[in-house]
Amino acid sequence: MTAMEKKDPFIAGICIPAVGEAGKTGDWSDLKPVIDQAKCIPASKNKPACFLCWLYCPDAVVTMTIPVTIDLDYCKGCGICAEECPANAIKMVRKVECDESL
Amino acid sequence: MSHCELITGNEAAAYAVKLVKPHVIAAYPITPQTSLSEKISLYIESGEIKAEYVTVESEHSAMTVLISASTMGARTFTATSANGLLYMHEQLHWAAGSRLPIVMCCVNRGVGAPWSIFNDQQDSFSQRDAGWIQMYCRNNQEIIDTVIQAYRIAEEVYIPVMVCYDGFILSHTMMPVEIPEESLVQEFLPPYTPHTEISPESPKTVNPVFFPWRRENHEGVLCDGYMEKRYKLQDALLHSADIIRRTNRDFAAMFGRDWGGMTWEYRTDDADIFIVGMGSLAMEATVAADELRRGGIRAGVLGIRVFRPFPCREVADALRGARAIIVFEKCVSYGQTGGFSTDLKAALYGTGITAPLHNYVAGLGGRDVKARELTEAVEGSLTAIDGGDGEHKTVWLNCFTG
Ligand code: SF4
Ligand code: SF4
Repeated sequence: MTAMEKKDPFIAGICIPAVGEAGKTGDWSDLKPVIDQAKCIPASKNKPACFLCWLYCPDAVVTMTIPVTIDLDYCKGCGICAEECPANAIKMVRKVECDESL
Repeated sequence: MSHCELITGNEAAAYAVKLVKPHVIAAYPITPQTSLSEKISLYIESGEIKAEYVTVESEHSAMTVLISASTMGARTFTATSANGLLYMHEQLHWAAGSRLPIVMCCVNRGVGAPWSIFNDQQDSFSQRDAGWIQMYCRNNQEIIDTVIQAYRIAEEVYIPVMVCYDGFILSHTMMPVEIPEESLVQEFLPPYTPHTEISPESPKTVNPVFFPWRRENHEGVLCDGYMEKRYKLQDALLHSADIIRRTNRDFAAMFGRDWGGMTWEYRTDDADIFIVGMGSLAMEATVAADELRRGGIRAGVLGIRVFRPFPCREVADALRGARAIIVFEKCVSYGQTGGFSTDLKAALYGTGITAPLHNYVAGLGGRDVKARELTEAVEGSLTAIDGGDGEHKTVWLNCFTG
Protein backbone atom coordinates (compact mmCIF):
# COMPACT_ATOMS: atom_id res chain seq x y z
CA MET A 1 0.00 0.00 0.00
CA THR A 2 2.62 2.52 1.06
CA ALA A 3 4.98 1.57 -1.73
CA MET A 4 2.05 1.96 -4.10
CA GLU A 5 1.24 5.38 -2.72
CA LYS A 6 4.83 6.50 -3.20
CA LYS A 7 4.67 5.48 -6.83
CA ASP A 8 1.34 7.20 -7.47
CA PRO A 9 2.23 10.30 -9.53
CA PHE A 10 -1.28 11.62 -8.86
CA ILE A 11 -1.24 11.31 -5.05
CA ALA A 12 -1.91 15.05 -4.67
CA GLY A 13 -3.36 17.81 -6.82
CA ILE A 14 -0.06 18.67 -8.43
CA CYS A 15 0.23 19.28 -12.17
CA ILE A 16 2.97 20.16 -14.63
CA PRO A 17 2.56 23.75 -15.81
CA ALA A 18 1.69 23.25 -19.48
CA VAL A 19 -0.95 24.41 -21.94
CA GLY A 20 -3.90 22.05 -21.68
CA GLU A 21 -2.87 20.50 -18.34
CA ALA A 22 -6.31 21.25 -16.91
CA GLY A 23 -8.07 20.06 -20.09
CA LYS A 24 -9.61 22.25 -22.81
CA THR A 25 -11.21 24.87 -20.58
CA GLY A 26 -12.91 26.51 -23.58
CA ASP A 27 -15.60 23.87 -23.49
CA TRP A 28 -17.17 25.41 -20.35
CA SER A 29 -18.68 28.30 -22.25
CA ASP A 30 -21.87 28.59 -24.20
CA LEU A 31 -20.94 31.91 -25.84
CA LYS A 32 -17.98 32.52 -28.12
CA PRO A 33 -16.49 35.83 -29.35
CA VAL A 34 -16.54 36.37 -33.10
CA ILE A 35 -14.43 39.25 -34.53
CA ASP A 36 -15.65 41.25 -37.48
CA GLN A 37 -12.23 41.99 -39.03
CA ALA A 38 -13.73 44.74 -41.21
CA LYS A 39 -14.49 46.70 -38.02
CA CYS A 40 -11.42 45.64 -36.01
CA ILE A 41 -8.89 48.52 -35.91
CA PRO A 42 -5.59 46.59 -36.48
CA ALA A 43 -7.02 44.63 -39.41
CA SER A 44 -8.90 47.51 -41.05
CA LYS A 45 -6.02 50.00 -40.68
CA ASN A 46 -3.32 47.33 -41.07
CA LYS A 47 -1.56 48.89 -38.06
CA PRO A 48 -0.56 47.43 -34.67
CA ALA A 49 -3.05 49.52 -32.71
CA CYS A 50 -5.80 49.18 -30.07
CA PHE A 51 -5.44 45.53 -28.93
CA LEU A 52 -7.69 46.35 -25.96
CA CYS A 53 -9.20 42.86 -26.28
CA TRP A 54 -5.69 41.39 -25.86
CA LEU A 55 -5.11 43.63 -22.84
CA TYR A 56 -8.39 42.87 -21.07
CA CYS A 57 -8.82 39.16 -21.81
CA PRO A 58 -8.49 37.48 -18.37
CA ASP A 59 -7.47 34.18 -19.95
CA ALA A 60 -4.73 35.58 -22.24
CA VAL A 61 -6.16 33.79 -25.28
CA VAL A 62 -6.18 36.82 -27.60
CA THR A 63 -3.12 37.41 -29.81
CA MET A 64 -1.53 40.83 -30.40
CA THR A 65 -1.33 40.19 -34.14
CA ILE A 66 -2.77 41.47 -37.42
CA PRO A 67 -5.36 40.09 -37.64
CA VAL A 68 -6.24 39.55 -33.98
CA THR A 69 -7.06 35.87 -33.25
CA ILE A 70 -8.70 34.11 -30.30
CA ASP A 71 -7.84 30.59 -29.13
CA LEU A 72 -11.32 29.17 -28.58
CA ASP A 73 -9.91 26.01 -26.95
CA TYR A 74 -9.25 28.09 -23.83
CA CYS A 75 -11.60 31.10 -24.19
CA LYS A 76 -14.17 30.97 -21.37
CA GLY A 77 -16.69 33.12 -23.18
CA CYS A 78 -16.87 35.86 -20.57
CA GLY A 79 -17.45 38.59 -23.13
CA ILE A 80 -15.04 41.11 -21.59
CA CYS A 81 -13.33 41.58 -24.98
CA ALA A 82 -16.67 42.41 -26.63
CA GLU A 83 -17.52 44.82 -23.79
CA GLU A 84 -14.18 46.65 -24.07
CA CYS A 85 -13.85 46.79 -27.88
CA PRO A 86 -14.13 50.50 -28.89
CA ALA A 87 -15.11 49.55 -32.47
CA ASN A 88 -17.90 47.11 -31.54
CA ALA A 89 -16.03 44.56 -33.62
CA ILE A 90 -16.68 41.57 -31.32
CA LYS A 91 -20.02 39.81 -31.00
CA MET A 92 -20.73 37.06 -28.50
CA VAL A 93 -22.63 34.30 -30.26
CA ARG A 94 -24.20 31.16 -28.89
CA LYS A 95 -22.08 28.06 -29.60
CA VAL A 96 -24.99 25.69 -29.80
CA GLU A 97 -28.35 26.94 -30.91
CA CYS A 98 -30.94 25.72 -28.50
CA ASP A 99 -34.67 25.88 -28.50
CA GLU A 100 -35.37 28.67 -25.99
CA SER A 101 -38.95 27.47 -25.60
CA LEU A 102 -37.81 24.19 -24.00
CA MET B 1 22.62 6.59 25.98
CA SER B 2 19.02 7.19 26.83
CA HIS B 3 18.48 8.91 30.16
CA CYS B 4 15.59 9.88 32.41
CA GLU B 5 14.35 13.41 33.13
CA LEU B 6 11.55 14.84 35.23
CA ILE B 7 9.64 16.96 32.69
CA THR B 8 6.19 18.27 31.77
CA GLY B 9 4.14 17.04 28.81
CA ASN B 10 4.98 20.17 26.84
CA GLU B 11 8.70 19.67 27.57
CA ALA B 12 8.38 16.05 26.46
CA ALA B 13 6.87 17.17 23.16
CA ALA B 14 9.60 19.80 22.69
CA TYR B 15 12.24 17.15 23.40
CA ALA B 16 10.74 14.89 20.73
CA VAL B 17 10.81 17.77 18.24
CA LYS B 18 14.50 18.27 19.02
CA LEU B 19 15.15 14.57 18.38
CA VAL B 20 13.34 14.40 15.00
CA LYS B 21 15.26 17.43 13.69
CA PRO B 22 12.60 19.35 11.74
CA HIS B 23 13.60 21.96 9.17
CA VAL B 24 10.74 24.42 9.59
CA ILE B 25 8.64 25.25 12.66
CA ALA B 26 5.86 27.84 12.84
CA ALA B 27 3.68 28.27 15.89
CA TYR B 28 1.57 30.88 17.62
CA PRO B 29 1.40 30.72 21.41
CA ILE B 30 -1.87 29.80 23.09
CA THR B 31 -2.57 28.41 26.56
CA PRO B 32 -1.89 25.56 27.39
CA GLN B 33 0.41 25.02 24.39
CA THR B 34 2.51 28.13 25.16
CA SER B 35 5.28 26.51 27.19
CA LEU B 36 5.83 24.08 24.32
CA SER B 37 6.39 26.79 21.72
CA GLU B 38 8.54 28.70 24.24
CA LYS B 39 10.72 25.65 24.84
CA ILE B 40 11.17 25.12 21.11
CA SER B 41 12.11 28.79 20.69
CA LEU B 42 14.76 28.31 23.39
CA TYR B 43 16.14 25.24 21.60
CA ILE B 44 16.38 27.22 18.38
CA GLU B 45 18.01 30.16 20.14
CA SER B 46 20.61 27.88 21.72
CA GLY B 47 21.23 26.11 18.43
CA GLU B 48 20.00 22.74 19.74
CA ILE B 49 17.33 22.68 17.02
CA LYS B 50 18.68 23.86 13.70
CA ALA B 51 15.36 24.81 12.14
CA GLU B 52 13.84 27.90 10.61
CA TYR B 53 11.32 29.22 13.17
CA VAL B 54 8.77 31.35 11.37
CA THR B 55 7.02 33.74 13.75
CA VAL B 56 3.49 34.20 12.50
CA GLU B 57 0.51 36.38 13.42
CA SER B 58 -1.95 33.50 13.65
CA GLU B 59 -2.45 29.74 13.67
CA HIS B 60 -3.95 29.95 10.19
CA SER B 61 -0.65 31.37 8.95
CA ALA B 62 1.37 28.85 10.98
CA MET B 63 -0.27 25.97 9.14
CA THR B 64 0.06 27.79 5.80
CA VAL B 65 3.81 28.20 6.36
CA LEU B 66 4.13 24.48 7.09
CA ILE B 67 2.08 23.53 4.03
CA SER B 68 4.50 25.46 1.80
CA ALA B 69 7.58 24.11 3.57
CA SER B 70 6.37 20.51 3.61
CA THR B 71 5.44 20.68 -0.08
CA MET B 72 9.05 21.56 -0.81
CA GLY B 73 10.40 18.65 1.26
CA ALA B 74 10.95 20.16 4.71
CA ARG B 75 10.12 18.22 7.90
CA THR B 76 7.78 20.51 9.84
CA PHE B 77 6.20 20.98 13.26
CA THR B 78 3.59 23.14 14.90
CA ALA B 79 1.43 23.01 18.01
CA THR B 80 -1.74 24.70 19.18
CA SER B 81 -4.83 24.42 21.38
CA ALA B 82 -8.57 25.12 21.32
CA ASN B 83 -9.56 28.25 19.40
CA GLY B 84 -6.11 28.38 17.79
CA LEU B 85 -6.79 24.97 16.28
CA LEU B 86 -10.20 26.13 15.14
CA TYR B 87 -8.66 29.18 13.50
CA MET B 88 -6.40 26.75 11.60
CA HIS B 89 -9.34 24.66 10.44
CA GLU B 90 -9.36 25.59 6.76
CA GLN B 91 -5.64 24.92 6.43
CA LEU B 92 -6.03 21.52 8.15
CA HIS B 93 -8.07 20.45 5.15
CA TRP B 94 -5.45 21.88 2.78
CA ALA B 95 -2.66 19.99 4.53
CA ALA B 96 -4.51 16.66 4.40
CA GLY B 97 -5.80 17.19 0.87
CA SER B 98 -2.25 17.99 -0.28
CA ARG B 99 -1.08 14.77 1.44
CA LEU B 100 1.56 16.55 3.52
CA PRO B 101 3.13 14.73 6.50
CA ILE B 102 2.94 17.67 8.89
CA VAL B 103 3.03 16.78 12.59
CA MET B 104 1.19 18.96 15.08
CA CYS B 105 0.61 18.72 18.81
CA CYS B 106 -2.85 19.65 19.97
CA VAL B 107 -2.66 20.42 23.68
CA ASN B 108 -6.32 19.75 24.39
CA ARG B 109 -8.40 22.59 25.81
CA GLY B 110 -12.07 23.51 25.93
CA VAL B 111 -13.39 25.69 23.13
CA GLY B 112 -15.03 29.09 23.62
CA ALA B 113 -17.68 30.38 24.09
CA PRO B 114 -17.68 30.92 26.95
CA TRP B 115 -13.93 31.25 27.38
CA SER B 116 -12.08 28.44 29.04
CA ILE B 117 -8.37 27.84 29.15
CA PHE B 118 -8.85 24.47 30.81
CA ASN B 119 -8.80 20.94 29.49
CA ASP B 120 -11.27 18.92 27.51
CA GLN B 121 -11.04 17.35 24.04
CA GLN B 122 -13.65 19.34 22.13
CA ASP B 123 -10.96 21.14 20.11
CA SER B 124 -9.37 18.14 18.39
CA PHE B 125 -12.68 16.25 18.32
CA SER B 126 -14.22 19.05 16.29
CA GLN B 127 -11.42 18.60 13.70
CA ARG B 128 -12.24 14.90 13.35
CA ASP B 129 -13.26 15.10 9.69
CA ALA B 130 -10.36 17.19 8.37
CA GLY B 131 -8.52 14.12 7.06
CA TRP B 132 -5.79 14.01 9.72
CA ILE B 133 -4.62 11.05 11.75
CA GLN B 134 -5.40 11.74 15.44
CA MET B 135 -3.47 10.08 18.28
CA TYR B 136 -4.19 10.61 22.00
CA CYS B 137 -1.55 10.23 24.72
CA ARG B 138 -2.06 9.05 28.26
CA ASN B 139 1.17 10.30 29.91
CA ASN B 140 4.33 12.31 29.20
CA GLN B 141 6.37 9.28 28.14
CA GLU B 142 3.76 8.47 25.54
CA ILE B 143 3.89 12.08 24.31
CA ILE B 144 7.61 11.98 23.49
CA ASP B 145 7.31 8.50 21.97
CA THR B 146 4.19 9.31 19.98
CA VAL B 147 5.60 12.49 18.44
CA ILE B 148 8.56 10.43 17.17
CA GLN B 149 6.23 7.72 15.84
CA ALA B 150 3.97 10.36 14.30
CA TYR B 151 6.72 11.53 11.95
CA ARG B 152 7.38 8.02 10.70
CA ILE B 153 3.68 7.31 10.18
CA ALA B 154 3.00 10.65 8.49
CA GLU B 155 5.98 10.43 6.16
CA GLU B 156 5.12 6.88 5.17
CA VAL B 157 1.44 7.40 4.36
CA TYR B 158 1.61 11.10 3.45
CA ILE B 159 -1.10 12.12 5.88
CA PRO B 160 -0.66 14.79 8.59
CA VAL B 161 -0.77 13.62 12.20
CA MET B 162 -2.22 15.42 15.21
CA VAL B 163 -0.70 14.26 18.51
CA CYS B 164 -3.26 15.18 21.17
CA TYR B 165 -2.71 15.36 24.91
CA ASP B 166 -4.65 16.88 27.75
CA GLY B 167 -3.90 20.48 28.64
CA PHE B 168 -2.50 21.05 32.15
CA ILE B 169 -3.23 17.47 33.24
CA LEU B 170 -0.31 16.38 31.06
CA SER B 171 1.07 19.55 29.47
CA HIS B 172 1.98 21.18 32.81
CA THR B 173 2.47 18.13 35.02
CA MET B 174 5.94 16.73 35.62
CA MET B 175 6.60 13.03 35.24
CA PRO B 176 9.77 10.98 34.82
CA VAL B 177 10.37 10.51 31.10
CA GLU B 178 13.00 8.35 29.45
CA ILE B 179 14.58 10.38 26.65
CA PRO B 180 15.21 8.17 23.62
CA GLU B 181 18.78 8.06 22.37
CA GLU B 182 19.31 10.44 19.45
CA SER B 183 21.14 7.95 17.23
CA LEU B 184 18.32 5.41 17.66
CA VAL B 185 15.73 8.03 16.73
CA GLN B 186 17.71 8.78 13.57
CA GLU B 187 17.75 5.07 12.79
CA PHE B 188 14.02 4.74 13.49
CA LEU B 189 13.08 7.75 11.39
CA PRO B 190 14.50 7.88 7.86
CA PRO B 191 14.84 11.29 6.16
CA TYR B 192 11.63 12.74 4.71
CA THR B 193 11.17 12.43 0.95
CA PRO B 194 8.26 14.47 -0.43
CA HIS B 195 5.80 12.60 -2.66
CA THR B 196 6.44 15.00 -5.53
CA GLU B 197 9.69 16.71 -6.43
CA ILE B 198 9.32 20.44 -6.95
CA SER B 199 12.35 22.51 -7.97
CA PRO B 200 13.32 25.19 -10.48
CA GLU B 201 14.27 22.32 -12.83
CA SER B 202 10.98 20.56 -12.20
CA PRO B 203 8.30 23.22 -11.72
CA LYS B 204 4.77 22.19 -10.75
CA THR B 205 1.35 23.75 -10.40
CA VAL B 206 0.08 22.93 -6.91
CA ASN B 207 -3.62 22.44 -6.24
CA PRO B 208 -5.22 24.07 -9.27
CA VAL B 209 -9.00 23.80 -9.75
CA PHE B 210 -10.15 20.20 -10.04
CA PHE B 211 -13.32 19.40 -11.87
CA PRO B 212 -16.18 17.11 -11.03
CA TRP B 213 -15.13 14.81 -13.85
CA ARG B 214 -11.79 13.17 -14.63
CA ARG B 215 -9.78 15.01 -17.28
CA GLU B 216 -6.94 14.51 -19.72
CA ASN B 217 -3.74 16.40 -19.03
CA HIS B 218 -1.59 17.99 -21.74
CA GLU B 219 -0.05 14.60 -22.54
CA GLY B 220 -3.48 13.06 -23.02
CA VAL B 221 -3.23 11.02 -19.79
CA LEU B 222 -6.56 10.64 -18.03
CA CYS B 223 -6.10 12.17 -14.55
CA ASP B 224 -8.07 12.22 -11.30
CA GLY B 225 -10.96 14.54 -10.74
CA TYR B 226 -11.78 15.97 -7.30
CA MET B 227 -13.63 12.87 -6.18
CA GLU B 228 -10.75 10.48 -7.01
CA LYS B 229 -8.38 12.66 -4.98
CA ARG B 230 -10.72 12.58 -2.01
CA TYR B 231 -11.17 8.82 -2.33
CA LYS B 232 -7.38 8.37 -2.25
CA LEU B 233 -7.17 10.33 1.02
CA GLN B 234 -9.90 8.17 2.58
CA ASP B 235 -8.29 4.96 1.30
CA ALA B 236 -4.89 6.02 2.64
CA LEU B 237 -6.37 6.91 6.04
CA LEU B 238 -8.11 3.54 6.35
CA HIS B 239 -4.90 1.71 5.38
CA SER B 240 -2.79 3.86 7.71
CA ALA B 241 -4.10 1.75 10.62
CA ASP B 242 -1.73 -1.04 9.49
CA ILE B 243 1.20 1.38 9.35
CA ILE B 244 0.33 2.74 12.81
CA ARG B 245 0.26 -0.80 14.24
CA ARG B 246 3.57 -1.70 12.56
CA THR B 247 5.25 1.55 13.59
CA ASN B 248 4.25 0.86 17.18
CA ARG B 249 5.71 -2.67 16.97
CA ASP B 250 8.97 -1.38 15.44
CA PHE B 251 9.18 1.32 18.09
CA ALA B 252 8.65 -1.23 20.86
CA ALA B 253 11.39 -3.45 19.42
CA MET B 254 13.86 -0.57 19.28
CA PHE B 255 12.99 1.42 22.42
CA GLY B 256 11.31 -1.19 24.63
CA ARG B 257 7.99 0.63 25.06
CA ASP B 258 4.80 -0.75 23.49
CA TRP B 259 1.90 1.75 23.47
CA GLY B 260 -0.54 -0.69 21.91
CA GLY B 261 -0.81 0.62 18.35
CA MET B 262 -4.41 1.70 17.79
CA THR B 263 -5.74 0.93 21.28
CA TRP B 264 -4.50 -0.30 24.65
CA GLU B 265 -6.12 -2.48 27.25
CA TYR B 266 -5.96 -2.74 31.02
CA ARG B 267 -7.12 -5.84 32.94
CA THR B 268 -9.42 -6.90 30.11
CA ASP B 269 -8.47 -10.60 29.96
CA ASP B 270 -11.44 -11.76 32.03
CA ALA B 271 -13.39 -8.48 32.00
CA ASP B 272 -17.08 -8.26 31.18
CA ILE B 273 -17.49 -4.59 32.12
CA PHE B 274 -15.54 -2.37 29.75
CA ILE B 275 -14.66 1.24 30.48
CA VAL B 276 -13.66 3.08 27.29
CA GLY B 277 -11.87 6.41 27.06
CA MET B 278 -9.14 8.49 25.43
CA GLY B 279 -6.10 10.22 26.91
CA SER B 280 -5.57 10.94 30.59
CA LEU B 281 -9.21 10.22 31.44
CA ALA B 282 -8.70 6.60 30.34
CA MET B 283 -5.67 6.43 32.65
CA GLU B 284 -7.90 7.61 35.50
CA ALA B 285 -10.29 4.82 34.51
CA THR B 286 -7.58 2.20 35.23
CA VAL B 287 -7.66 3.32 38.87
CA ALA B 288 -11.45 2.99 38.78
CA ALA B 289 -11.16 -0.50 37.28
CA ASP B 290 -8.90 -1.58 40.16
CA GLU B 291 -11.39 -0.19 42.64
CA LEU B 292 -14.32 -1.93 40.91
CA ARG B 293 -12.43 -5.24 40.94
CA ARG B 294 -11.90 -4.89 44.69
CA GLY B 295 -15.71 -4.77 44.84
CA GLY B 296 -16.00 -7.96 42.81
CA ILE B 297 -16.82 -6.35 39.45
CA ARG B 298 -14.71 -7.69 36.57
CA ALA B 299 -13.91 -4.31 35.03
CA GLY B 300 -11.26 -3.54 32.44
CA VAL B 301 -10.28 -0.49 30.39
CA LEU B 302 -10.14 -0.13 26.61
CA GLY B 303 -8.03 2.96 25.90
CA ILE B 304 -8.32 4.61 22.52
CA ARG B 305 -4.92 5.72 21.27
CA VAL B 306 -5.89 6.47 17.67
CA PHE B 307 -9.26 8.13 17.02
CA ARG B 308 -8.70 8.63 13.27
CA PRO B 309 -8.47 6.24 11.53
CA PHE B 310 -11.06 4.73 13.87
CA PRO B 311 -9.84 1.47 15.47
CA CYS B 312 -12.87 -0.54 14.27
CA ARG B 313 -11.09 -3.92 14.38
CA GLU B 314 -9.63 -3.41 17.87
CA VAL B 315 -12.83 -2.20 19.51
CA ALA B 316 -14.89 -5.03 17.99
CA ASP B 317 -12.31 -7.61 19.15
CA ALA B 318 -11.95 -6.11 22.62
CA LEU B 319 -15.65 -5.60 23.36
CA ARG B 320 -16.87 -8.98 22.10
CA GLY B 321 -17.33 -10.32 25.63
CA ALA B 322 -18.69 -7.10 27.11
CA ARG B 323 -21.84 -7.20 29.25
CA ALA B 324 -21.79 -3.42 29.59
CA ILE B 325 -19.79 -0.67 27.85
CA ILE B 326 -19.21 2.52 29.82
CA VAL B 327 -17.64 5.40 27.91
CA PHE B 328 -16.11 8.43 29.60
CA GLU B 329 -15.38 11.27 27.24
CA LYS B 330 -14.40 14.92 27.17
CA CYS B 331 -16.17 15.84 23.96
CA VAL B 332 -19.72 16.19 22.69
CA SER B 333 -21.22 15.83 19.26
CA TYR B 334 -23.75 18.58 19.86
CA GLY B 335 -27.21 17.39 18.96
CA GLN B 336 -26.08 13.78 19.36
CA THR B 337 -24.42 11.94 22.23
CA GLY B 338 -20.85 12.24 23.52
CA GLY B 339 -18.52 12.61 20.56
CA PHE B 340 -16.49 9.45 20.94
CA SER B 341 -19.40 7.16 21.82
CA THR B 342 -21.25 8.25 18.67
CA ASP B 343 -18.38 6.81 16.63
CA LEU B 344 -18.03 3.78 18.87
CA LYS B 345 -21.68 2.84 18.42
CA ALA B 346 -21.28 3.19 14.65
CA ALA B 347 -18.25 0.86 14.72
CA LEU B 348 -20.18 -1.77 16.72
CA TYR B 349 -23.17 -1.85 14.37
CA GLY B 350 -23.23 -5.19 12.59
CA THR B 351 -20.60 -6.81 14.82
CA GLY B 352 -23.18 -8.65 16.91
CA ILE B 353 -22.10 -6.73 20.03
CA THR B 354 -25.32 -5.52 21.60
CA ALA B 355 -24.22 -4.73 25.16
CA PRO B 356 -25.86 -1.59 26.56
CA LEU B 357 -23.63 1.47 26.22
CA HIS B 358 -23.71 4.26 28.75
CA ASN B 359 -21.65 7.30 27.97
CA TYR B 360 -20.61 9.94 30.45
CA VAL B 361 -19.66 13.39 29.24
CA ALA B 362 -17.09 14.40 31.83
CA GLY B 363 -14.54 17.03 32.70
CA LEU B 364 -15.56 19.70 30.21
CA GLY B 365 -13.67 22.97 30.62
CA GLY B 366 -11.32 21.40 33.16
CA ARG B 367 -13.92 20.18 35.66
CA ASP B 368 -12.05 17.70 37.82
CA VAL B 369 -12.83 14.01 37.37
CA LYS B 370 -11.75 11.68 40.16
CA ALA B 371 -11.33 7.92 39.89
CA ARG B 372 -13.87 7.55 42.69
CA GLU B 373 -16.46 9.40 40.57
CA LEU B 374 -15.77 7.09 37.63
CA THR B 375 -16.19 4.07 39.92
CA GLU B 376 -19.52 5.38 41.23
CA ALA B 377 -20.72 6.12 37.70
CA VAL B 378 -19.93 2.56 36.57
CA GLU B 379 -21.68 1.14 39.65
CA GLY B 380 -24.72 3.31 38.91
CA SER B 381 -24.80 2.12 35.31
CA LEU B 382 -24.51 -1.51 36.37
CA THR B 383 -27.43 -1.13 38.77
CA ALA B 384 -29.62 0.01 35.85
CA ILE B 385 -28.27 -2.58 33.41
CA ASP B 386 -28.50 -5.47 35.88
CA GLY B 387 -32.03 -4.32 36.63
CA GLY B 388 -32.89 -5.14 33.02
CA ASP B 389 -32.57 -1.66 31.49
CA GLY B 390 -30.84 -2.26 28.14
CA GLU B 391 -31.17 1.32 26.84
CA HIS B 392 -28.16 3.38 25.74
CA LYS B 393 -27.78 6.38 28.01
CA THR B 394 -25.91 9.69 28.02
CA VAL B 395 -25.17 11.33 31.37
CA TRP B 396 -23.32 14.59 32.08
CA LEU B 397 -21.11 13.55 34.96
CA ASN B 398 -20.69 15.92 37.86
CA CYS B 399 -22.81 18.53 36.11
CA PHE B 400 -25.80 20.40 37.52
CA THR B 401 -28.45 19.71 34.88
CA GLY B 402 -31.48 20.92 36.84
S1 SF4 C 1 -10.55 45.68 -29.06
FE1 SF4 C 1 -11.82 45.50 -30.88
S2 SF4 C 1 -10.91 46.93 -32.31
FE2 SF4 C 1 -9.40 46.63 -30.70
S3 SF4 C 1 -8.11 45.04 -31.47
FE3 SF4 C 1 -9.69 44.01 -30.26
S4 SF4 C 1 -11.31 43.52 -31.70
FE4 SF4 C 1 -9.96 44.96 -32.72
S1 SF4 D 1 -14.69 36.01 -24.25
FE1 SF4 D 1 -13.41 36.40 -22.46
S2 SF4 D 1 -11.97 34.71 -22.47
FE2 SF4 D 1 -12.84 34.78 -24.53
S3 SF4 D 1 -11.46 36.04 -25.66
FE3 SF4 D 1 -13.04 37.40 -24.89
S4 SF4 D 1 -12.20 38.18 -22.98
FE4 SF4 D 1 -10.97 36.39 -23.56
